[in-house]
Amino acid sequence: MSTNIINRVIGSANDWMQERAPGLSQWWDRHAAKYYAPKNFNFWYFFGSLALLMFVNQILTGIWLTMNFKPSAAEAFDSVEYIMRDVEWGWLIRYMHSTGASAFFIVVYLHMFRGLIYGSYQKPRELVWTLGVVIFLALMAEAFFGYVLPWGQMSYWGAQVITSLFSAVPVIGPDLVEFIRGDYLISDVTLNRFFALHVIAVPFVLAGLIYLHLMALHEVGSNNPDGVDIKKVKDKATGIPKDGIAFHPYYTVKDLFGTSFFLMIFAFIIFFEPSVGGWFLEHDNFSPANSMVTPQHIKPVWYFTPYYAMLRAIPDKLLGVIVMGAATLIFFAVPWLDRSKVKSIRYRGPITKIMLTLFVISFCVLGWLGAQSGSDTQKLVAQVLTFFYFAFFFTMPIWTAVDKTKPVPERVTFDH
Amino acid sequence: MAEQGINHGRRRFLTATTAVVGGVGGVFAAVPFIKAWQPSARAQTAGAPVIADISKLEVGARVIKMWRGQPVWIIRRTSDVVEALSALDGRLKDAESDNLDQQPDYARNETRSRKPDIAVMVGICTHLGCSPTFVPEMLPQAFDSEWKGGFYCPCHNSRFDMAGRVYKNVPAPDNLRIPPYFFIDDNTILIGLDADPKAA
Repeated sequence: MSTNIINRVIGSANDWMQERAPGLSQWWDRHAAKYYAPKNFNFWYFFGSLALLMFVNQILTGIWLTMNFKPSAAEAFDSVEYIMRDVEWGWLIRYMHSTGASAFFIVVYLHMFRGLIYGSYQKPRELVWTLGVVIFLALMAEAFFGYVLPWGQMSYWGAQVITSLFSAVPVIGPDLVEFIRGDYLISDVTLNRFFALHVIAVPFVLAGLIYLHLMALHEVGSNNPDGVDIKKVKDKATGIPKDGIAFHPYYTVKDLFGTSFFLMIFAFIIFFEPSVGGWFLEHDNFSPANSMVTPQHIKPVWYFTPYYAMLRAIPDKLLGVIVMGAATLIFFAVPWLDRSKVKSIRYRGPITKIMLTLFVISFCVLGWLGAQSGSDTQKLVAQVLTFFYFAFFFTMPIWTAVDKTKPVPERVTFDH
Repeated sequence: MAEQGINHGRRRFLTATTAVVGGVGGVFAAVPFIKAWQPSARAQTAGAPVIADISKLEVGARVIKMWRGQPVWIIRRTSDVVEALSALDGRLKDAESDNLDQQPDYARNETRSRKPDIAVMVGICTHLGCSPTFVPEMLPQAFDSEWKGGFYCPCHNSRFDMAGRVYKNVPAPDNLRIPPYFFIDDNTILIGLDADPKAA
């Protein structure tokens, strides 16, 4: 009896919505209930949804942080300490945000690596990939602005170094730096505008880009570890790919499992080692910004260190800035640099496997080098690895074309 | 029916003029948003000139004044240091101060200063803005066995001599900046202006 009433209320509410927004359930079907994704997704396919989770985490904890943060040079550092010590549960919200920033980059780097090994950027997914690279760039801007806000020594001097990069621009460089800082130095003005950019401007842009990234993906459909086009083999009666399963409920449940595992690690870091030995939260940032004293050893947070190592490896300022910029922008070109006939690494030859392995190693070693003080030996290693980093991309059209390939199966492989 | 009586020429004209006028309006409307990023009146006031009293500055010593939030170094160089400067020319990127952006005309000389012994310079590395360390001793250093005194940047190992001139093979591209300054009297320096505006 009572269930009948509840059903009737829900049913009529549903009808009411259907009449006024008939596109709503179509939208749900298109992107979830009838979005058919390949059934052979593996471990590497967790990181897209985890990146989305981290975005939501950053937005949510970020809103709560702004409730107590003071975006002024005089108060910023103290307000962060206030959040940490006096605001109820403030420490947890702040550590969720700071750990979330690093976790966001970890999952995004793994997500990009997934794209590289399975050729997810290849035709027809170039747009998905390039939108992803734009997200990556926006994320770097967002992380940089956010890092300045606690107004510690490393915030201040990091901002000093990064804004100074623009002074390398010929002719207008110095004026451009003054324009970005809004002052003759990194000051209260700079902090205040970086706050605006970090809290309003870039998150809006990121949200829009993430939506476009997903919509672009759903236009062409997901790739998979075999790089097989599942739309080639469809069920004649239903028109549904035989190797496809509905995103909801199958992959929502799979991602929920990944999420719970990820959150265990995430929570462990938050509760037991939120600074991760100076890698997630740098030691120098526990002292307030001082424009008259430069810390002994300036370095960015770990997710920027590969690029920072490249900047330092080049003895010329303008060239260093160009190399650093090019190292991030070159990802845009990947869909057109890969000349291989097959997508997935599973059906590619040894050259691709060796090159990808060396690329990952050089990226990680560069990341380590960027956090070191930079002796002559380290500089030399960084130069060699920077050279390889670019060689990987520039020679990609050659080694992807000459590398042996194995025949790609008609259907995805799937072990139970 | 709809095609009848349509003046396509007028329609194109109206579309084009609307787009042009709207575009121009858009550019003008963008001006305040871009201008708002320039240093405000308050920031400009805070960037006003500062006066330094050097009567108590000993030979070989340095004082630091803050001008526009940047450290400005004032050093009374020893005669040994001044004499050693010209010998360094071959090891420097811009020994003759050819980059005119880095100093006013009156500081475009061997010592990069108005008076040979008094050095005034902005203590910010021209690489990425760190503040280099003052290493005045003319003794061999770990980073340079023939060190003639100068500045060493701990961030990325850039080196400068006692006139703020940058060494070769370091990341910093330019000599340290010399701010505009003048001597009010022998013991007083004004930093931020080239000359007393009242005198002119």
